[in-house]
Amino acid sequence: MFAEIEPVMEKYAGVPGSLITILQKTQEAYGYLAEDAIFYIAQRTGVPASKIYGVATFYTQFRLKPVGKYILMLCKGTACHVNGAAGIEEAVSEHLGIADGETTADGLFTLDVVACLGCCSLAPVMMVKGPAGEETHGALTKDRVRAIIDEIGAGEKSLKA
Amino acid sequence: MRIVVGEGSCGVASGAKKTEAALAALLAGRGGGIALEKAGCVGNCYLEPIVDVYADDGSLSARYVHATEDRAADILEGAADDLLISGEDAAFLTQQERIVLRNAGLINPEKIEEYIAAGGYEALKKALTQMTPEGVIEEIKASGLRGRGGAGFPTWFKWDAARNADAGGGAKYMVCNADEGDPGAFMDRSVLEGDPHAVLEGMAIGGYAIGAREGVIYVRAEYPLAIVRLETAIAQAEEKGVLGEDIFGSGFGFSIRIKAGAGAFVCGEETALIASLEGERGMPRLKPPFPAQKGFWKQPTNINNVETFANVPFVIREGGAAFAAFGTEKSKGTKVFALAGKIKKGGLVEVPMGLPLKDVIYGIGGGIKNDRAFKAVQMGGPSGGCIPAALADTPVDYESITQTGAIVGSGGMIVMDEDTCMVDMARYFLDFTRKESCGKCNYCRIGTKRMLEILERITAGKGEDGDIEKLEELAVKIKDGSLCGLGQTAPNPVLTTIRYFRNEYEDHIFKKKCTAHYCKALIRYEITDACKGCTLCAKNCPVDAIAGKVKEKHEIDQGLCIKCGKCEDNCKFGAVVRD
Repeated sequence: MFAEIEPVMEKYAGVPGSLITILQKTQEAYGYLAEDAIFYIAQRTGVPASKIYGVATFYTQFRLKPVGKYILMLCKGTACHVNGAAGIEEAVSEHLGIADGETTADGLFTLDVVACLGCCSLAPVMMVKGPAGEETHGALTKDRVRAIIDEIGAGEKSLKA
Repeated sequence: MRIVVGEGSCGVASGAKKTEAALAALLAGRGGGIALEKAGCVGNCYLEPIVDVYADDGSLSARYVHATEDRAADILEGAADDLLISGEDAAFLTQQERIVLRNAGLINPEKIEEYIAAGGYEALKKALTQMTPEGVIEEIKASGLRGRGGAGFPTWFKWDAARNADAGGGAKYMVCNADEGDPGAFMDRSVLEGDPHAVLEGMAIGGYAIGAREGVIYVRAEYPLAIVRLETAIAQAEEKGVLGEDIFGSGFGFSIRIKAGAGAFVCGEETALIASLEGERGMPRLKPPFPAQKGFWKQPTNINNVETFANVPFVIREGGAAFAAFGTEKSKGTKVFALAGKIKKGGLVEVPMGLPLKDVIYGIGGGIKNDRAFKAVQMGGPSGGCIPAALADTPVDYESITQTGAIVGSGGMIVMDEDTCMVDMARYFLDFTRKESCGKCNYCRIGTKRMLEILERITAGKGEDGDIEKLEELAVKIKDGSLCGLGQTAPNPVLTTIRYFRNEYEDHIFKKKCTAHYCKALIRYEITDACKGCTLCAKNCPVDAIAGKVKEKHEIDQGLCIKCGKCEDNCKFGAVVRD
């Protein structure tokens, strides 16, 4: 169990101040921080599980629930807000039937509204994090964001077929 | 001949990688003679993807904008004259004064040789071989450089305090704050992506000045490209010997490592950042002791922002006086701004301190998108405020901007037009600070929540007489009762909007009107005579609130309307308006 993070543990378990790094690598490996993963990290590092939970819930990056194959990181930074990000979020929510933080029933998409992706001149912006890496889409409209999602969905369907 | 594709995050998002791949495929079939390179963002984000062509003598022979992959062949054939940058767009850059962005978009950030060829690491060599640490601090003092992260604290003073601090035989640390958490700011991202070595060099010089041998860059996890470029830059610097042991034979050694942040705005505050570096919840600590005395692992620590470090090599190489030649009496040098929002030409702008706001917005930024009326500019993000159009003559320097109630901050400059509701903007920022409050201080934790509730009520059309006064009272108490900068500045967006746009608050509360036609609860959708009776609006209305015959004007039943805006989105004739 937790063989995927064994190299991380070997490198960091005994190094003070490495908790966040360990959590990041664990989330990278499994997509989220499961309860048993937290207990395992506690056992390996000697940091109490309660404290690990405290750190994991403090930072927005960490997730305690499984996520979809594609994470739709929708930017709601100031420039995006001014340029209509609220409408884009509505369109995504309606199109997929999920709210911020939720995952579609087929496990394909998770909507993650983020504070700022730093691509403000292309506002409104969304970064899609998938198995192949990140891709950023700018100058979104409701139609475009729906098309982006449908394109990913269609690609997944043809993969299965 | 050399072809350079701009590949900052904005370029990549606009398809720069596809353009590069298309160019590479075409060049592969052609034989040698043409080198294909990449660079960071030159700053004209609104024109991405950008492809530069350099002649053999190194001069820029052509700059193509909106250079998408389907035009790659045209660019190589010289048949893309329609994409050549216009004189007006070129002026976006020529009106700037570039110190921090001196290399951005010009050199390949993944090749240390190009940084060195542009004079890189000369300043580090000069500092280590010709100057004492005290001499370095003197030079920084002469330059007048102040912290570019927001507070504008004199850099030399912090370095001097860290230099004089007793490390008790232990280590001192040089930390770079690259946790650019202000929503709407992307200066640091561009510097890290476009010229990472400038930051490394600045840190090494700073390390020498304060007596630190170890540097840490605390960078946002949301900036994956910046992290990759920094990792590459550090590895190359170590290989070249400009980081590591005995740099330039001086006996001084300095190493740098990266620590990825995990998403917490409060970690921009020094003591919270240190707590986060130590693997804890990023909650601010009491000062004193200051980080210069007891910081990372309780050792003397100096923290500067990315842009501050990127200025340092220039100051050391050219001298403090050369830097101080720019700017105003108290605010020296240049400042990089991230110009975005309702602006025609959004991107990175570096100007001498003291330039009037309107020169940035109209001169460089080309004015307001779609020629709408300029209402305000937001500076300093959640810690700053909204400066109204009437104050567009305000010089951009620390003192003048602070006088307006906003702050220079890290450099986010979000332009707003007549369609932006200022009460909603205040609500937006309070929603942000309420979420990002670490919870340590009651006033910040509960106070921001109460302010947000009031603002939500006002924008929902349920504002009451006395709400403005309550907001003002809470604002003062939150400022007084908070330990760190987050709480102390969180009310600023509310206070500045009340100060300059009190009428909008009053319209919301007493007239139940949102003059910007933004707040849903306070608007009505109506169909004008421009309606052609195409029926699209009625077909898309989820509650069947629109009635009308084909080719006749349609009507909205206000009793049924849920104000979702679908009719407006779908109308091809602009016949649906908000009142």
